[in-house]
Amino acid sequence: MAAICLKVKEKTEVTTTYFLFLRKRSQTAAAMAKLILLLLKCILFCGTVYAVFEDQVGKFDWRQQYVGKVRFCHFDGHMQSSKKVLLATESNVFAALNTRTGEVLWRHVDKTGPEGNIDAFLQNGQDSVLVVGNGRVLRSWETNIGGLNWEVVLDSGSFQSTCLVGQQGTVKNVAVLKKTAISLHYLSNGHQKWIENLPDSDTVDYQTVYSGGNGEVYVLGVVPHSHIAVVAFSVDDGEILKQSSVEAPWLSSIPESCQIVDQEMLICVDSTTMSLYTLDLTLQLQMNQIPLQSLELEVDPDFRPSLVSHQPNPAKQPLSEFFLQLGPDRYVLLQFNSGQIVMLRDFKPALLVSFATTGEKTVAAVMSPKNKTVSIVFNVLYYVAPATQASTINLYNAETGRRLLDTTLIFTMDPNGGKPERLNIQAFLKKDDSVGYRVMVQTKDHALTFIQQPGRVLWTREEALSDVLTMEMVDLPLTGTQAELEGEFGKKTDGLMSMVFKRLSSQLILLQAWIAHLWKLFYDARKPRSQVKSDISMENLSRDEFNLQKMMVMVTASGKLFGIDSKTGGILWKHYLENIPSNAGFKLMVQRTTAHFPHPPQCTLLIKDKDTGLASLHVFNPIFGKMSHVTPPALPQPILQSLMLPFMDQDYAKVLLLIDDQYKVSAFPSTKYVLQQLQEMAPTIFFFLVDSSQGRLSGYRLRTDLSTEQIWEVILPTEIQKIVSVKGKRPNEHVHSQGRVMGDRSVLYKYLNPNLLAVVTESTDLHQERSFVGIMLIDGVTGRIIHEAVQRKARGPVHVVHSENWVVYEYWSTKSRRNEFSVIELYEGMELYNSTAFSSLDRPLVPQVLQQSYIFPSSISTMEATLTEKGITSRHLLRIVSLPKMFLDPRRPEMASEQSREENLIPYAPELMIRTEWFINYNQTISRVRGIYTAPSGLESTCLVVAYGLDIYHTRVYPSKQFDVLKDDYDYMLISSVLLALFFATMISKRLAEVKLLNRAWR
Amino acid sequence: MARVLTNNRAGVFCVWLFVSINLVNSNNGRRASDGLEAEFNGLSVPLEHSFELDDVAKFQLRGSLMLKTGREPSVSLNQNQLSEEDRTKLKEVAAVDGLYRIRVPRVFLQADKQTEWQTEGHLTAFVRACAMVESHLSDVITLHTDVSGYLIGVSIVTLPGACRGIEVEDEVDLEVFNTTLSIMAPVNAPGPETALFIQRMEQEFEKKGKNPQEQKSFFAKYWYLILGGAIFLMVSNSAQPPAGGGREQS
Repeated sequence: MAAICLKVKEKTEVTTTYFLFLRKRSQTAAAMAKLILLLLKCILFCGTVYAVFEDQVGKFDWRQQYVGKVRFCHFDGHMQSSKKVLLATESNVFAALNTRTGEVLWRHVDKTGPEGNIDAFLQNGQDSVLVVGNGRVLRSWETNIGGLNWEVVLDSGSFQSTCLVGQQGTVKNVAVLKKTAISLHYLSNGHQKWIENLPDSDTVDYQTVYSGGNGEVYVLGVVPHSHIAVVAFSVDDGEILKQSSVEAPWLSSIPESCQIVDQEMLICVDSTTMSLYTLDLTLQLQMNQIPLQSLELEVDPDFRPSLVSHQPNPAKQPLSEFFLQLGPDRYVLLQFNSGQIVMLRDFKPALLVSFATTGEKTVAAVMSPKNKTVSIVFNVLYYVAPATQASTINLYNAETGRRLLDTTLIFTMDPNGGKPERLNIQAFLKKDDSVGYRVMVQTKDHALTFIQQPGRVLWTREEALSDVLTMEMVDLPLTGTQAELEGEFGKKTDGLMSMVFKRLSSQLILLQAWIAHLWKLFYDARKPRSQVKSDISMENLSRDEFNLQKMMVMVTASGKLFGIDSKTGGILWKHYLENIPSNAGFKLMVQRTTAHFPHPPQCTLLIKDKDTGLASLHVFNPIFGKMSHVTPPALPQPILQSLMLPFMDQDYAKVLLLIDDQYKVSAFPSTKYVLQQLQEMAPTIFFFLVDSSQGRLSGYRLRTDLSTEQIWEVILPTEIQKIVSVKGKRPNEHVHSQGRVMGDRSVLYKYLNPNLLAVVTESTDLHQERSFVGIMLIDGVTGRIIHEAVQRKARGPVHVVHSENWVVYEYWSTKSRRNEFSVIELYEGMELYNSTAFSSLDRPLVPQVLQQSYIFPSSISTMEATLTEKGITSRHLLRIVSLPKMFLDPRRPEMASEQSREENLIPYAPELMIRTEWFINYNQTISRVRGIYTAPSGLESTCLVVAYGLDIYHTRVYPSKQFDVLKDDYDYMLISSVLLALFFATMISKRLAEVKLLNRAWR
Repeated sequence: MARVLTNNRAGVFCVWLFVSINLVNSNNGRRASDGLEAEFNGLSVPLEHSFELDDVAKFQLRGSLMLKTGREPSVSLNQNQLSEEDRTKLKEVAAVDGLYRIRVPRVFLQADKQTEWQTEGHLTAFVRACAMVESHLSDVITLHTDVSGYLIGVSIVTLPGACRGIEVEDEVDLEVFNTTLSIMAPVNAPGPETALFIQRMEQEFEKKGKNPQEQKSFFAKYWYLILGGAIFLMVSNSAQPPAGGGREQS
């Protein structure tokens, strides 16, 4: 009895606390009065809620936080035992990572675009100073907890350079150099100490600011191909102490070719004259030329040499040693010694170099490929897939160039990753006063690898995932045994006996697998619970009962592809595509699913250069990430459009059609069978092209010789409106019912045109009275305009979702200054025109169009429809909202009538309230969501949702609640004990009845 | 692709926007337009069609569209009969499942000057030739304009629309077009209807105010439930002390 009572109480809590989405399940039996109240509420409210319980957090969902491609990196070095690395990234994120685990300790996400761009990052003790937004803001962060110390808005002017300024061994100021002025700020509170205009700033291009800790700030500018201008300011009051110009006709950019070493000594390298130039900034007489030949050095042909120097403490002078890069794999360590340059060591081959300081010791780290000769052989042998390449990192004494003992670290390059790009060394003093170090290697695929001696990888972060462009979810394959069974039926019969043997052998395999499974269960049961991890590896990758676990194939902007397990979020495979143009557009298509054993699943990625239109194909297996042995066709012409046909070739791969700029069509795979099929089907293959620059929508039909012909054309004048998006329907969606049952038991049939396109336009006139958003529904086959509407006094950005028989779009109302939703639904009417099949060519009647609009109290960045049946998932700035489609229904009546109540229509309310339980990611903030992907699962009730952007979030949603799954806390004990009790009760009563009958018979 | 218009005999036009549909049924286009031309100085644009065996478009004049502006914009069609030659060709094209295409030039219906209404290019649409034949040339042509009066698209469907392979015996059926013509401007999409909603809320509020029964206090309304619940709990509590047995599963 008590148990039942408690259950009721749980339920009541769920139903009543509407404004909490993390609900605590009751822990103890509460006081009686409270129970009464709860019971009452249980009776009063019978609404249901979709939110998760507290103990379900993280059970069906996971979130991964990223920071983006690292631009600046500093190890928190003010304490010997610090476990922090501070990163400023190209995604405008400033974050601290735990160096032991690689997890994000804290993270600050700034505005996107140039406004939040991090220009510079200086580190001093516990403070991090950032210049943000092209010199707009100067910020100081406290690195321990990530709090903001101070923030000052700087005077306008484009940012050039910044440096810390120290005096008498302590750093107190920060200097910021802008195009026309230099300002000095206090590090403690950000207040401006002084600001000075730069002399002749209209002719001189000031580029660098430098301070060596002696009370002077040097500003270096250049008049290209003429001279260097040097201005020295006093740190105390900003007075110009010295000003001079030195001839340097070969110099164009100071940061690219010059560095400051030793005591105010500017060293530049010039590739045309093959010389080093030195200039003493204190004397400022003239440049001193030292030809590289005199040092017996030679620059590789077509290579621009560069310099690397190091200033361990901003209050002290830089090292007198510096690196000179002479070729892509050659560095020399040079020393500037009283006017002379001495070579300390020649590093060849060396991929990357870096300086690091700990205490008073400064070391140079050099990464060089291990066993170069061997790797060359490897490269020749396996040109396509080079073998795992290893590099070694060694430490050298910066002052002498001598190698330090026991400092070798082996870095094994991931064959599916990019080349290393930068070394970040965290050096520390060991107990015996020798230098130990860890290294964070940045690779070209935006990955960070943190390595400890002698080569143990502590963690790897795939920062490429912060920029996912497109993704697909692929079903996992069946297990080996399941596939074996499947294969048995797939093959042709070879006779009775062999079939019997095959059947027996597959049964044996099943038995074996079952025993192995039992053994594993038994083995795991003995271990403590925390140790049993359900780790997913390639071997045990298989479909689960309800197909809830899938492979997420993600394509990132860096050109790296990932295969991620949707259950845990673990990366199962990765593949880096080199030579991806920076402005590439990607389109990922699943050509063959896992359903066609023994043919492997196949995905095709179309990579298109947005400028030239030239494209290439990458064909791979989505489960293992391996490149397919199928060679994709070379595409010499720019590609306009690609489309996947619903029919398959004899290997069950769907046919991909590519239309080039000559309107010629090529097929992939292009076997004879496919071409023959194409010829037969040609008159029924239509496609459309959108040219938004000319406002032209045109339809084409395929001819039997694989050329195309234009069959319709719609032109929207670009001076009035421009096409912003064209949305078709997803080819894999299923419509669960053909019509809607009305209150009077008649059926209103939906207009389900699979070829329908929703074209959204925005007016070119942006005046708030005259701007409008246009929505047009066009049949993609015939070009027929089914419906055309304008939303007056509205503006974009418009987000559109198109599914089934409805289109939902969101826009900004300029008149009322709010976000509004509008929904259009199409109905055929009370009877279907042709109920057996839909053909765009044979639908003469125009559908009924219903439309209603609502106010939405929040802005939206992305919308997507769930793929099972109903519910549209929209997105709030930071959180994701799952909005039931029921609320977006143009048939919501003004006044609730008897009939509409029968249909379950909600009376019309102009405002759509966001209920807190609609947030599917409860309190887990997801930054900068760029897209939402939805995929159906094996359970009809469940839809998998992935939101990607800076973070990746995966969860399940149940648009119609979990009608086909028992609840997590379903009381199996109670139901089975009741059943058993009933069973025994019947048995006993039967026995008793028999005895009674017998007794009566005797009587 | 874009061709310069060949036909321009036009006047000054202005289409009243957002009047959704205006139908002019022209069974015999010639007669209808005769009457109309007397009343207004209309803009006339050619309606061309093409049906070829090799499916290479070769547009010929089918008729001329008379576009009228004013308070009630309308369109009427003045079209020729199909010649003997064309009829046989159409039937042949229908037999090989060719296309019947139409096109109209892009025009701007709000231009003040005659020279301005023409813009480069045509708008095209198609139906299957067999549908044209089987429907005995009964087609529905719709012209679509945008908000400012540019013609943006044309669509053609036949009634009935299906190709069932019925032989059209009588040549006379393919002589005269039976065209339903309409011009459509975009409709205004509704905004959120706040005024009606507020009105309704006020009504409901008034209704509630009139009904004093609704104003009862919480305990007055649900005393019986509270009492029942209390008794129920007391009975259950005294029957069995609260044990943790039921909690373990959750």
